Amino acid sequence: MSKYTEDDLREELKTKEYEYGFYTDIASDTFPVGLNEDIVKAISKKKEEPEWMTEWRLEAFKIWKEMIEPEWANVNYKKPDFQAISYYSAPNSKPKYDSLDEVDPELLATFEKLGISLDEQKKLAGVAMDVVVDSVSVATTFKKTLAEKGIIFMSISEAIKEHPELVKKYIGTVVPQKDNFYAALNSAVFSDGSFCYIPKGVRCPMELSTYFRINQAGTGQFERTLVIADEGSYVSYLEGCTAPSRDENQLHAAVVELIALDNAEIKYSTVQNWYPGNDLGKGGVYNFVTKRGLCETNAKISWTQVETGSAVTWKYPSCVLKGDNSIGEFYSIAVTNNYQQADTGTKMIHLGKNTKSTIISKGISAGKSQNSYRGLVQINSRADNARNFSQCDSLLMGNECGAHTFPYIEAKNKSAQIEHEATTSKIGEDQIFYCNQRGIDTEKAIALIVNGFSKDVLNKLPMEFAVEAQKLLEISLEGSVG
Amino acid sequence: MDLKEKLVSSFMAFENQVDVDTYVHGIRTEAIKTFETTGFPTKKQEAWKYTSLNKILKEDYSVFPKQENNIEYRDVKKYLIHDIDTYKIIFIDGKYSSHLSETTHDGIDVCLMSAALSKPKYRLVIENYFNKAATNDSLSSLNTAFSSEGAYIHIPKNKLVNKPIQIVHFSTGNESALMLQPRNLIVVDENSHVQIIERHQSLTENAVLTNSVTEVFAKKRAVVDYYKIQNDNQKASLIDNTFIKQKQESQASVHTFTFGGNLTRNNLNFYQHGERIDSTLKGVTIIGDKQHVDHNTLVHHIEPNCESHQDYKGIYDGNATGVFNGKVIVEKLAQKTNAFQANNNILVSDKSTINTKPQLEIFADDVKCSHGCTIGQLDDDALFYMKTRGIPEKEAKALLMYAFANNVLESVKIPEIKARITKLIATKLGVNIGFNL
Repeated sequence: MSKYTEDDLREELKTKEYEYGFYTDIASDTFPVGLNEDIVKAISKKKEEPEWMTEWRLEAFKIWKEMIEPEWANVNYKKPDFQAISYYSAPNSKPKYDSLDEVDPELLATFEKLGISLDEQKKLAGVAMDVVVDSVSVATTFKKTLAEKGIIFMSISEAIKEHPELVKKYIGTVVPQKDNFYAALNSAVFSDGSFCYIPKGVRCPMELSTYFRINQAGTGQFERTLVIADEGSYVSYLEGCTAPSRDENQLHAAVVELIALDNAEIKYSTVQNWYPGNDLGKGGVYNFVTKRGLCETNAKISWTQVETGSAVTWKYPSCVLKGDNSIGEFYSIAVTNNYQQADTGTKMIHLGKNTKSTIISKGISAGKSQNSYRGLVQINSRADNARNFSQCDSLLMGNECGAHTFPYIEAKNKSAQIEHEATTSKIGEDQIFYCNQRGIDTEKAIALIVNGFSKDVLNKLPMEFAVEAQKLLEISLEGSVG
Repeated sequence: MDLKEKLVSSFMAFENQVDVDTYVHGIRTEAIKTFETTGFPTKKQEAWKYTSLNKILKEDYSVFPKQENNIEYRDVKKYLIHDIDTYKIIFIDGKYSSHLSETTHDGIDVCLMSAALSKPKYRLVIENYFNKAATNDSLSSLNTAFSSEGAYIHIPKNKLVNKPIQIVHFSTGNESALMLQPRNLIVVDENSHVQIIERHQSLTENAVLTNSVTEVFAKKRAVVDYYKIQNDNQKASLIDNTFIKQKQESQASVHTFTFGGNLTRNNLNFYQHGERIDSTLKGVTIIGDKQHVDHNTLVHHIEPNCESHQDYKGIYDGNATGVFNGKVIVEKLAQKTNAFQANNNILVSDKSTINTKPQLEIFADDVKCSHGCTIGQLDDDALFYMKTRGIPEKEAKALLMYAFANNVLESVKIPEIKARITKLIATKLGVNIGFNL
């Protein structure tokens, strides 16, 4: 095979775009800044959406205009100016860098530690790549296997065109447009995202990952994900990537909706590592996400998340346990360092009988960061024999950070059994000393202890992910040893 | 005219009634301004998310009782801890009742707020302590604005108060609806010990709303033991704001026993200004019908090496609603803090509700902080075991519930109160067995 040149690559990318085709016009066209009805209409038009979708967006926009930005979270940040953002920019297919040498060495060092292959490093850093073919072929086989099983996995823009009946039926059913300020904004202007449908009784043979899709087209800052597991099906879905994502978009307001119909199971794992800002707390991504799943009878939804990035994280993956015997789970590790702020947790709404939920949340704060757990467990009056177990532990490193717990527990049924416990501690000097005398240096010892502390959650991640996540924890806390 | 307007407009009349020239005048004026801007708290405020005052604020309360009423000791004896000798400060419809009370100036001051506010010899204490612990939230401000009567207790250095002090407020129902705003100030100097029992009791079915503020100052090594007995009738509502400021090595504990009342809100705040302080907050709540109880606690750990223990137990029957909102703040300086918080609840009926929110806000790393909270039922196996031994179900249940609440009773230091509470629990659970096991 002859050597690839940049032009070949560009050509390659062009055809690829066309193949999965939403953007025929590749030249980076960006809308004027600001948000009004025309912009919403234009986004919809640009994406060749049917009229009902345009209407849906406009409705969301109307609702959003009436809403005010929430302030209850335990975070401090400069509010984004919503009229200073450009709400649509087609993914720029032009590589950011020509070779790895131009990439920030700090970023490369991190890649190195994560054990990411050179090719992947290039891909992640936005370097022009000469191995695209490989990636495409993987993606193609991948698609083929899924298609055989009848699984639909594509971008939401495609889905709106190709499977409007499914999208129309489910979009906004779990997170309605008027749910909250950012959900409304997302509903009005969402740029793209993933759509996944698992047919009745199908067990998805592989871990679905947005990773492949993201490389095909940048999903932009307002991502919308819709996962539907039909009766008796199973899917494990991975979102994000352990590698640090440098993104110029400061505000990210994504919406994720999961629907698990009778006897279905969805496992949704996230590793989030957006740019957290520099050591002095300058810059960094604001991550305001609305994630919610709906469980019908005997269904199960399990959220696992590892949050290490973002300057401000504001995220509460929730489960609405509507059907009898449904199960909701939430496993989370949130690490904050330097000036990061995280306000994260979950909501478990028990509506059906014999519903169960488990919450395990581990917060690790270091540097000058603030880490909050905020959770709600609500037992409705008809939810007989509901069961909840919550545990949130915080680990503090250094005396300039803060750990906070705000659990809300509301029970309206006498047969409910709820347990909640929370602890706060630091890494014991005796633990470090023990490691030290066995020849493990302090930094390694801390990594070891942090890993032990997070084990309950790491265990829930798919294997390959777990290994990477473990390394990621080490890196995130690097240099925080006092 | 709603209650807020009524209160604001009566302020002038009130100020004319009391001595305008005092130091307190400035504080009162400031406080009414705060209340005027903030108004009564609404459910939109985080601290009031689960408790709505709307319903009780609808009554047409008299702010000043028009006439004095008298009651006989034998009629109210049962509401007092009468089997031991105590100091008593008793109020009827907000007015001091000298014939029921037993105050003293012998070495310690157990007397009236009105006296302390007007007599020059107390001036120094008032200037140093009055309104120095209370926050300026709307309800405390409202109380501050109308503060004129209540208990004034000052224990000088190195005194061991020989008997407990009872503060009791009776309302006789002379007015169709009455609003009371008692204000208590308790200063316990170095090395002194004091035990205080507080109770609010309505004697008729007329509506009463009490908005009480108590400020407690525990100086170096002082020991303050405070008991609140809340077993009022279905028309009486209580908003109790208690602020406790502790100095180094002092110990303060507050036990709250809530068995009745329409709406009961306890705002209990501890501030630790010194090292090696110990704070204890405990409570037993057993309610039914349409009662609503809200325990809102705050422990602010400001300095190192301090401890706090919170333990609240609740049993909810009927349409009752229970709220627990506990907050522990550990400041950066407060290393080696040991803070513990527990809230256990049992829902007995299908219509009862419990909302609980135990919060931790921690800024120091070398601390031991934990909280636990449970909602559950009585153990079926234990019930069955007792039934096989011939204990009827009702009694067996009562025994289990008593055992559930017993943790809190164990730390009660006055045996008579313990006996009284035990009896109250038995009545509340509808059984007739002695619990002196």
